[in-house]
Amino acid sequence: MALKDITLGQYFPGNSFIHRLDPRTKLLAVILYIVALFLAKSFVTYGIMLAVLVSSIAISKVPPKSILRGMKPILFIVVFTAVLNLFYTPGEHVLAQFWIFTITLEGVLQAFFMVIRIMMLIAGTFLLTYTTSPILLTDGLESLLNPLKAVKVPVHELAMIMSIALRFIPTLIEETDKIMSAQRARGADFESGNLMQRAKALIPLLVPLFISAFRRADELAIAMECRCYHGGQGRTRLRQLKYRGADYGVLIGFVVLTVGVGVLGRLGF
Amino acid sequence: MQPILETKALTHIYSAGTPFQHRALNEIDFAVYPNEYLGIIGHTGSGKSTLIQHLNGLLKPTSGQVLFEGEDVWTDPKRTRQVRFQVGLVFQYPEYQLFEETVYKDIAFGPKNMGLEGEELDRRVREAAHFVGLRDELLEKSPFELSGGQKRRVAIAGVIAMRPKVLILDEPTAGLDPEGAQSILTNIRAYHKAREAAIILVSHSMEEVAQSVDRIVVVNDGLLPYQGAPREVFQHGRELEEMGLGVPQMTRVFHRLRELGADVDPSVYTLDQAKQAILAAVKGAV
Repeated sequence: MALKDITLGQYFPGNSFIHRLDPRTKLLAVILYIVALFLAKSFVTYGIMLAVLVSSIAISKVPPKSILRGMKPILFIVVFTAVLNLFYTPGEHVLAQFWIFTITLEGVLQAFFMVIRIMMLIAGTFLLTYTTSPILLTDGLESLLNPLKAVKVPVHELAMIMSIALRFIPTLIEETDKIMSAQRARGADFESGNLMQRAKALIPLLVPLFISAFRRADELAIAMECRCYHGGQGRTRLRQLKYRGADYGVLIGFVVLTVGVGVLGRLGF
Repeated sequence: MQPILETKALTHIYSAGTPFQHRALNEIDFAVYPNEYLGIIGHTGSGKSTLIQHLNGLLKPTSGQVLFEGEDVWTDPKRTRQVRFQVGLVFQYPEYQLFEETVYKDIAFGPKNMGLEGEELDRRVREAAHFVGLRDELLEKSPFELSGGQKRRVAIAGVIAMRPKVLILDEPTAGLDPEGAQSILTNIRAYHKAREAAIILVSHSMEEVAQSVDRIVVVNDGLLPYQGAPREVFQHGRELEEMGLGVPQMTRVFHRLRELGADVDPSVYTLDQAKQAILAAVKGAV
């Protein structure tokens, strides 16, 4: 089974410059990067964005192959958007016309930019999850959202839920793998049959999976209580997040990038 | 004798081509003969679980072959599925795979997948329940109401009900109290005798393996360094200990006796053999 090969949101261990950045820096940088991506309108600005993305991937030492592999699931959305843009963008330079469809030069460009934009969007966010361990990511998120505590948003609880969920994804995948193997050893067939049969074949997998998930939740709750967990009030951390010079540098760089792309867009580039 | 199950240069690599790449099995040649009681021993991560999942076609070899009754397991999907019925595999902690409303239905899951129904199905379920010592009145209960030990019996019965020619059990006694563990081992031996099936008992406990099996295969680091009768394997006491496996207590006592200068047989591994060996040594001295 290929269950272990799911890459979405997977961490790719390493010790590159990007791996060592503070998770808050990376989160903010990705947000700025996305904003800049939506401000980009032309070959020049997209070119700048592409250069930033490619050099970031190069510095991170994450194999480009695994980033491309992670894009497979969204291929459908990309193609769908491209086709829609291709046929439904009105414009002056008509390239081809048949039945009710008209393809314009503007449409081709629009579709092209759309595809590039979505792919770069995904690649950028992938780079974040590839280079930041899930625990650090939630720590960073909690710290960034901290001001919301003033308006009674349960920031700590949300972060805790997230880190527990992330922590248990691999465990549950492993468990699914195990139960699937056990049922296949008894002749269960998950791969053939029509939709109804396949749905029914999942019962021997889902029932034990749910039971074990509840059991694990129970055990975890008890283990946390045994160690006197009582919410975020006054809780200290093992890993303290600290800003270093590099973090400020990267942040300033991305602010400049976003503003720059925005200004260039305004100027008509 | 023609082996019932055989592997030829079996190699398995997990996550090939990623930083997590791990070679779990390295060109393993290994055979199981009809009606033998085989023990597979190795510590956690030695590759023993990977090995047994190849034996019934759950994992596909990276390279090499697995043969059942002389024929490749992977020739076509139909054959692979048939082999899974013939080579029954009971996983570690199998009680977590139970899902049906009643014990009876859960045991019937395997045979039903084989296409059995009616009287034959009923006979198999009851027979399997009997082999693992489940009383009839338990059959209509929900498996989730049972105790841990009983759940495990239900899960083992679920595999036995397919009447496999080879029955593989991965740590069947893990987490059970000594009495429950003994009782399950007795049930397995009874099944072995009654059905003349080959049994593969996977364990990290030498004691447990030593008391049941005819032959031991040691798995370490994806290789099989030792195979043979328990007596032969236990001669390598020191090497086994270096692999973190240890030999049965009785063997250790006799190895030590030898080091102290007593002329005793060092390949002893049960209490009974120990008695014989000491008597022989005493007689020899007189």
